[in-house]
Amino acid sequence: MSKSEAHDKRGRAAPRNEPFLAEVEAQPFWDNLKEHKLTVQQCNACGTYFNFPPQAMCAKCLSSDNEWVPVSGKGTVYSFVTYHRAWHPAYQDQIPYNVSLVDLDEGPRLVSNVIDIPPEDVQVGMAVEVVFEDHENYTLPKFKPSG
Amino acid sequence: MSNLSGKYAVVGVGETQVGKRPEATTNSLHVEAIRLCLEDAGVDASQVDGLLTNQPLTDAHRSYAVRLAHMAGIDPNYATDLALGGATPIAMIQNAVMAIEAGMANYVVCVHARKRATPDPTPGYPIRSGDEHWEQPWGHFSAVANHAFAATRHMHEFGTTSEDLGQIAVSTRKHACLNKNATMQKPMTIEDHQNSRLIVEPLHLFDCSLESDGGAALLVTSMERARDLPRKPVQVLGMGQHHPHSSVMDAPTLTTLGSRRSSEAAYRMAGLGPKDMDFAQFYDCFTITTLITIEDYGFCGKGEGKDFIKDGRIEVGGEIPVNTHGGLLSQAHLEGIMHVTEGVKQLRGDAVEPERQVQGAKAGVISGHGGSLCMHASLVLGVQ
Repeated sequence: MSKSEAHDKRGRAAPRNEPFLAEVEAQPFWDNLKEHKLTVQQCNACGTYFNFPPQAMCAKCLSSDNEWVPVSGKGTVYSFVTYHRAWHPAYQDQIPYNVSLVDLDEGPRLVSNVIDIPPEDVQVGMAVEVVFEDHENYTLPKFKPSG
Repeated sequence: MSNLSGKYAVVGVGETQVGKRPEATTNSLHVEAIRLCLEDAGVDASQVDGLLTNQPLTDAHRSYAVRLAHMAGIDPNYATDLALGGATPIAMIQNAVMAIEAGMANYVVCVHARKRATPDPTPGYPIRSGDEHWEQPWGHFSAVANHAFAATRHMHEFGTTSEDLGQIAVSTRKHACLNKNATMQKPMTIEDHQNSRLIVEPLHLFDCSLESDGGAALLVTSMERARDLPRKPVQVLGMGQHHPHSSVMDAPTLTTLGSRRSSEAAYRMAGLGPKDMDFAQFYDCFTITTLITIEDYGFCGKGEGKDFIKDGRIEVGGEIPVNTHGGLLSQAHLEGIMHVTEGVKQLRGDAVEPERQVQGAKAGVISGHGGSLCMHASLVLGVQ
């Protein structure tokens, strides 16, 4: 059993804080982020933007012809929360911190963080834009208030 | 399509002691619940020919139902694990009805137990919700936070407050204090709720359900067979399900859930509506879940829940008593199977402490809710 398969005494998978970069259908997403490009899947048959997590075929027309296309990086906060407890040691020094559901202008929604402002200042409906946070092996899309 | 409403019934229930059961295992709690259920029903394990389970977190058998059957002296013609999170116990009753109607079984046991308050020495395997790798890199963990998203959004759209959610915790605790088999026995005030620590804001500790050890089981059979058994049969009048999304990332809304369409289907099958219900046992993994469910099940309009829950309206003696056993918030979290056993006991009329008995109860509605607010099942039960 690898370290990532570790589980707690209640049988739940131990939390981790790194993305699963080997996910086949998500490779372009992570590759493009390294170049500071936020992309989403779009169906070439019917034009639908895919929801996350990524998948091989369009959920609307079931076509397997799709590609990762750049988006504006602009979006709106659908909802948000403030964590007062750290489920992973990496976040112990960050509480309280924001996690938001960000609806991109093109439609797809991401779980992400609104940063650069205190968590109590985040609001539902707030306009946000993407910023890129580089880590050693990957880049995370995060969001800051627009303008 | 023929209407099966009233054709099948719950004829036995078993509830283990809940709370901390350090001496027990997940397996022993399952068997204990089955034994108590069959004793209650006056049916022998050798007569049971169907078994439905919820795959436990701590057992790696490919079919837990088959494993459990042979730990409990059952030789099933029909057995399977169901996987709808907290909607599973209700889905079990629904599947039992379907299996008996299809002629595959005559007596189906529906059982769930879990061991989350004390360690379980059984070798297990890690279980996931499935979308963690699209959430955890941004520091997003746990069911609390997904429900906190719904709470923030409900507050934004309708002006609901944390104190309003606290009222659900307070009313539920009142019921737990009347239930000898409830973990929490100390009354709670809104002030206690507000003073409990924030976990994932806007949800406080007292908005969250318990971690529990325990189990419960129900026996389902036909009304025809029920007439030969000792207990007053509690009929399955209505059933529904709806699963409108799979992740918070593809949820069309977090303030109206599968509970809307699922309850409409159950009421339609029963030929009844919210006004005909004498009580409601509503899944309460978090207080916000109960609030949204009260609205979606038609007890008030969308967004009106915050006012509806006040003035004792959801307490025993009120307009629609909700979670008369103390719920997941204050009795025990066994994924909602005790919402179902409590509904049956209320309708028998002589099976709970008199202080929390809903007088003259003839029909009640029960909800189950699972995953990232994505799975829902409904049950209307009644007695003649």
